[in-house]
Amino acid sequence: MIARMLDGVPGRGLAVLAGLLAVLLAAPWVANDYVLTVLIIVLYSAYTGQAWNVMMGFAGQLSLGHAIYVGLGGYAAAALYVHFGVAPWLGLVAAVAIAAACGAVIGFLAFRFGVGGVYFAILTIAFAEFARIGFDHFRWVGASSGFFLPVANYTRNDLWNLRGDPTMFYYVMLALTVAAFAICHVLLKSRIGYYWQAIREDEVAARSLGIDTFRYKMYAIVLSAGMTAVAGVFFAFYYNNLFPEQVFHISRSIEMILGPIIGGIGTLFGPLVGALLLTGLSEAMQELLTALRLDVPGAKQVFYGLCLLVVVMALPGGVWPWVAGKLGLTGPRS
Amino acid sequence: MAAEIYLNVAVSGLLTGLVYGLMAVGLSVIFGVVRVVNFAHGEMMTIAMYLAIVLFNGFGLDPLIMVVPLAAVLFALGYAMQAGIINPFITRPEHSQFILLVAMALIIANVLLIVFGPDARSVQTPYSFDSFLVGPLIIDATKAYAGAATVVITAALFGFFRFAPLGKAIRACADNYTGALVVGLNVKRLYALTFGLGAACVGAAGSMLVLLVDVTPALGPALTLLAFIIVITGGLGSMPGAVLGGVLIGLTEAMAGLFFTPSAKSMFSFALLVLVLLFRPQGILGKRPS
Repeated sequence: MIARMLDGVPGRGLAVLAGLLAVLLAAPWVANDYVLTVLIIVLYSAYTGQAWNVMMGFAGQLSLGHAIYVGLGGYAAAALYVHFGVAPWLGLVAAVAIAAACGAVIGFLAFRFGVGGVYFAILTIAFAEFARIGFDHFRWVGASSGFFLPVANYTRNDLWNLRGDPTMFYYVMLALTVAAFAICHVLLKSRIGYYWQAIREDEVAARSLGIDTFRYKMYAIVLSAGMTAVAGVFFAFYYNNLFPEQVFHISRSIEMILGPIIGGIGTLFGPLVGALLLTGLSEAMQELLTALRLDVPGAKQVFYGLCLLVVVMALPGGVWPWVAGKLGLTGPRS
Repeated sequence: MAAEIYLNVAVSGLLTGLVYGLMAVGLSVIFGVVRVVNFAHGEMMTIAMYLAIVLFNGFGLDPLIMVVPLAAVLFALGYAMQAGIINPFITRPEHSQFILLVAMALIIANVLLIVFGPDARSVQTPYSFDSFLVGPLIIDATKAYAGAATVVITAALFGFFRFAPLGKAIRACADNYTGALVVGLNVKRLYALTFGLGAACVGAAGSMLVLLVDVTPALGPALTLLAFIIVITGGLGSMPGAVLGGVLIGLTEAMAGLFFTPSAKSMFSFALLVLVLLFRPQGILGKRPS
């Protein structure tokens, strides 16, 4: 298993990976609360980006409504915890099942009826918006006034109930990100990964080679939805509140996919690099504007938008393939 | 009595739907020819709406008179966007175009936020509360003017695409990109013209919509989504389809607001969209994709 995972990765790449992991593991000892919070956001974006990448980067199905899986996952686990006292790790099972089922329904409807490309993307937005408005009127989970998890002063970290200080959440998120990374790495090198890439490159050709494209596209959406729901559970227990206007909003879906696209779509490191860059950029911009006393509402987003514009115009394939090429980190397949 | 209420709400929804339809015609024209989904559509609409407000508050210019000048301003903006930024992206994958337009939407929305602040703005014209009595119907004058203007503008645009040489050239680009290049058409310029025309629809619709709804810098995404729903319901690339979709969505939202709660009205539009996508993916008046 381990040998298979390391297969085909150049030595320099391994060294970089090990170094990165060591830095991330040691970070809580040196970082202050602010840096730790930012790192949690980076890991969270890297994880959700990786989950989205399974669908778009690997299988070529553009989803613009991934917020629906975060929301469903978060609400499912939070509702089970608040109403029935079910621990989040058990609620996670329900959350993943619900989100995966929702993904299966969307995928089944779309792929059966041959809805693809832009139409599929807009269908996913429609479902997410449908969920947003639906949850706005869903009394059992607080409707539009929000759903809150009990917050108290915790004297010790309760990992089972996910109640504790940021350091615990940091390690949970780090573990999730590493796991997602490993899963994606294995998937990309397995039969299913090659089938996905064949579908991404040319669906008709893939089908003519005997690949059951409907089934493999279904696998992609179900897996991606399930992985995203895990992030939703983390979101709910980390922030302790859920508002339909926030979690299901289209801008959440957009934020989720900016990272992998900027980082390099379809690559393993793309989501991580993109998350690091975009979160870093966003925080640096905030600091800079505050220092220059230009901190009016909206200024940060304008610069952020300009940076996105420049990156997407200059590096069509994303930042990571370009950096990897420069550093000679690309193996037989990046 | 009850029937009259439904009828009045239906007429009001229909007229509002016509203005939505004009906005959607812009999206449809752009996608139908340039094959780029304009994710900054709603944000461009808010630009037009704020311009209408500035002109009204600063110079007392009626938004209904400013429909044509604002269409011209947005035409220039659209032309510049396509010629300067989007043209190199027409051969790139959809997700790349998506990020480009999302970035532009982000910039527009936040520049508006910096300039105008977060508060909702609206205009009050002398005829804001006028209405026509047609038998049992009470028709809001503003909506009637806006609806009529929409019909005129859409008809003019339709005529342009059908009969004018330039319109025919644009349709040639839409039908066959390579073919258009082969017969010597300047496709990039025609694309810029098309994007400009789509933006002009937005300019016209925006200056009318400002009479019907309040505008905030954050209104963009909701309008973009609305335009998507309308265009896909009616049929992407079909102009009559976009108008029909607008009317349908206007009616659906008005009726849903009456029967259920107004805050849930968009849910019914999304339900309509999902049904159309599943059973007639090309839209009600759309051509079957080859």
